[in-house]
Amino acid sequence: MATLHTVNKSPFERNALESCLRLAKAGSAVLLFEDGVIGAMRNTRFSDKVTQAMNDFSIYVLGPDIQARGLDNDKVIDGIQVVDYNGFVDLTTEHDTVQSWL
Amino acid sequence: MKFGIVINEGPYTHQASDSALQFVKAALHKGHEIFRVFFYHDGVNNGTSLGVPPQDDRNLTLEWSGLAEKHGLDLVVCVAAAQRRGVLDEDEMGRHGKSANNLAPGFRISGLGQLIEAGIQADRLVTFGD
Repeated sequence: MATLHTVNKSPFERNALESCLRLAKAGSAVLLFEDGVIGAMRNTRFSDKVTQAMNDFSIYVLGPDIQARGLDNDKVIDGIQVVDYNGFVDLTTEHDTVQSWL
Repeated sequence: MKFGIVINEGPYTHQASDSALQFVKAALHKGHEIFRVFFYHDGVNNGTSLGVPPQDDRNLTLEWSGLAEKHGLDLVVCVAAAQRRGVLDEDEMGRHGKSANNLAPGFRISGLGQLIEAGIQADRLVTFGD
């Protein structure tokens, strides 16, 4: 029973991403979107934590929300997969449930 | 696959309504069914027809209404959340003795049972909010 967790806030604004990575069951997937895409960027004080979390989770980030913020896909942490809205829909169908960390 | 969508945030606040709209468009494009979109909490503000965003900005209420017309979407606004925020249809206007109503085309007012039903009937329930 695999869950897709969605995180839509920057880790600098709320602790949703940290809570999610701390509490979610290994084998889950995490999608970062809206301001949550900040958590997918290299060289922030959260980058190491996110990199380490990839031992337990598949992490995805929504490309259109990276571009909407003037950020660069090339600065996404290695191993995080960039998806578009079609990919977002596919992630929800490929997992059994969707948990939004609001 | 059948989707239920929950929107807990008003338009032009952060991004919930925009994200949900893009998600729904992508899901429809991929041939999925949207069983229902349930507007809850401040999300009910998506259903007012009285918003007048600048002409060069997106009009989220019109987008939802248009999508509902084109794809037969069931856009349900939570009645209790809507009453608190002044989102009324003609029936609610009469029932509460108000002078106007503002529910946009394609939306309907109903209760939380509709959210529960969406949770049961849909294969996936995806929540967008603040």
